[in-house]
Amino acid sequence: MEFRIPIDQWADHIINFLRINYRDFFRSIGGVIENFVNGFESLLLLIPIILVIIIVVAVAWRMAGRGVALFSLIGILLLLSMNLWDQTARTLALVLTSTIIALILGIPLGILAARSDPAERIIRPILDFMQTMPIFVYLLPAVFFFGIGVVPAVIATVVFAMPPAIRLTNLGIRQVPAEMVEASVAFGSTPMQMLTKVQLPLALPSIMAGVNQCIMLSLSMAVIAAMIGAGGLGGVVYRAITRLEIGSGFEGGLAVVIIAIILDRITQSVGKGTARKVN
Amino acid sequence: MVKIEVKGLYKIFGAHPRQALEKIKRGQSKDELLQKTGHTVGINDATFAVDEGEIFVIMGLSGSGKSTLVRCINRLIEPTSGSITIDGEDITRLSAEKLRVMRQKKIGMVFQRFALFPHRTILQNVAFGLEIQGMDKLTREEKAMKVLETVGLKDWAHVYPEQLSGGMQQRVGLARALAADPDILLMDEPFSALDPLIRKEMQEELVELQDRMHKTILFITHDLDEALKLGDRIAIMKDGIIVQLGTPEEILTNPADEYVASFVTDVDRSKVLTAENIMFRPFAVVRDDDGPRVAVRKMQKEGFSNIFVVGPDRVLLGIVTVEKALEAVKNNVKDLHQILDTDIPITSPDVLVQDLMPMAVTAKVPIAVVDENKRLKGIIVRVSVLAGLSGMEVDDNGIPHTD
Repeated sequence: MEFRIPIDQWADHIINFLRINYRDFFRSIGGVIENFVNGFESLLLLIPIILVIIIVVAVAWRMAGRGVALFSLIGILLLLSMNLWDQTARTLALVLTSTIIALILGIPLGILAARSDPAERIIRPILDFMQTMPIFVYLLPAVFFFGIGVVPAVIATVVFAMPPAIRLTNLGIRQVPAEMVEASVAFGSTPMQMLTKVQLPLALPSIMAGVNQCIMLSLSMAVIAAMIGAGGLGGVVYRAITRLEIGSGFEGGLAVVIIAIILDRITQSVGKGTARKVN
Repeated sequence: MVKIEVKGLYKIFGAHPRQALEKIKRGQSKDELLQKTGHTVGINDATFAVDEGEIFVIMGLSGSGKSTLVRCINRLIEPTSGSITIDGEDITRLSAEKLRVMRQKKIGMVFQRFALFPHRTILQNVAFGLEIQGMDKLTREEKAMKVLETVGLKDWAHVYPEQLSGGMQQRVGLARALAADPDILLMDEPFSALDPLIRKEMQEELVELQDRMHKTILFITHDLDEALKLGDRIAIMKDGIIVQLGTPEEILTNPADEYVASFVTDVDRSKVLTAENIMFRPFAVVRDDDGPRVAVRKMQKEGFSNIFVVGPDRVLLGIVTVEKALEAVKNNVKDLHQILDTDIPITSPDVLVQDLMPMAVTAKVPIAVVDENKRLKGIIVRVSVLAGLSGMEVDDNGIPHTD
């Protein structure tokens, strides 16, 4: 067939155009992100490991109970015994940076989508696009704009992890009972007062579920992003795969699972804690 | 003094309410409009005025437009056309900012399903309106505490709504509406979600509170008993139209059409009708300076076995039976006072029929209805108590009949 719509060429052109014309813009963003990740990483490595253990276990105990606290203790000791703490710190720095950016962008977008139907109609298909596009496809343009390393990893991770934060914020606010909204209007709330005093507090369990999802997706993407030089635990796994070292690959994978479970249980319990108070 | 005045109010739901309004004004029916254009008529030309300090009840079945109407008063729903004037100011023209201030200070609202904020304590719920006004925490919580005290929930200030029963929650709802001390209360079926016993209690409390507060209350209900109990005046709505507006008694005794009448027949009349409604005028009485002969003749003429005796100004003195009167005639006793029986059942005109029942059951002679000066106003015979309960009218002769 002769006729073909050259979508591939269009995509190439757009990306080239952006890369050439907005080079400084991308560079400065990249610089900020890189500083963030490095800052978090050095902070984590600076704290004596014993203090890290105490803090994590204490937080887990308070938020999620004794079981999770015990699991966290054993998990971190296991990480140390596998000699993977440096890589873990790198991965955590990546996850932390990506999650913060994703939430800073995602929650306001979720609020916007909840308050305006036209905005929701625009945002929804974009989210579908972001979530269903195979994640490796993000990695390439990210590398084009920011080069190899931690910055494209963060960008790709943000794109991948942001949708649930937007969706669940939107959902949470829309699920606030109409009578609550009506009551707050009847007492003369401004739209801002209604948002901060009624809608956001009542949507909090749903928003926290979004935050939890956002963190978990960040973690999974941060591992894949090792392919473009993000390092960390993903780097361990990736190197093991290329060298067919099954043992060290398993160690890296196990470390990711441990981190994932600890992060998940703690953030989930934050959401549940607020849910209990609300319902 | 008129507090709220509503004139020619329409609310039409749909994509082009203005065009639909023209069609309605040209006389198209509601059903036709819905079928042809997909527009629903919520309120159809409502006009009424609410006086300061009265409880104005809007009554109707679901879908009659009563909730829409009350929401137009504080513009939770924007009316399509017409004017709503509060204290002389047309609120349909208020700017967003002025409207907010009016909602904050002038109008409190109570909701059917309470609509308390689950993430706030009772105290924080009650203080919500004040918080919105920007009042500082200390002052607003102090005020909220005072209002909680008036509804008897001071001890519950620091718990969350879920820990309270329905009746208590609605008391909080009422306290929240009262916190800013508004002139007007909008109450949208506030007691409908409560069980009957609690509902009755709340109704009584509202009446009690109103005696002290003198708010202007717009009260929505689908329960005629409730409307009759609370309302100084009642507007009955059907299909967005106010079909009748009047005092409870006017509505009971003169239903404007079959729709209203169908409500009225369901009413437990004993809770509404008073002694005054079922008594008949005492045409057959004797003066105390009349002799026993006159008494006997009047009783014979009317076929009574006893007759009330009044003094000057129709002050009730007692009753004489036909036996005693005949005996007096035989023994040539001239003074009625000597055969007068003063131990008779009496009641006042505003006593409810349901409270007359015990007396009616035990009384051997008719019940006398007297005013505060002991003047005889009417007579109630046992049959008219029963007739009153069963929905029959009693004519001036005390004869029950159905229409």
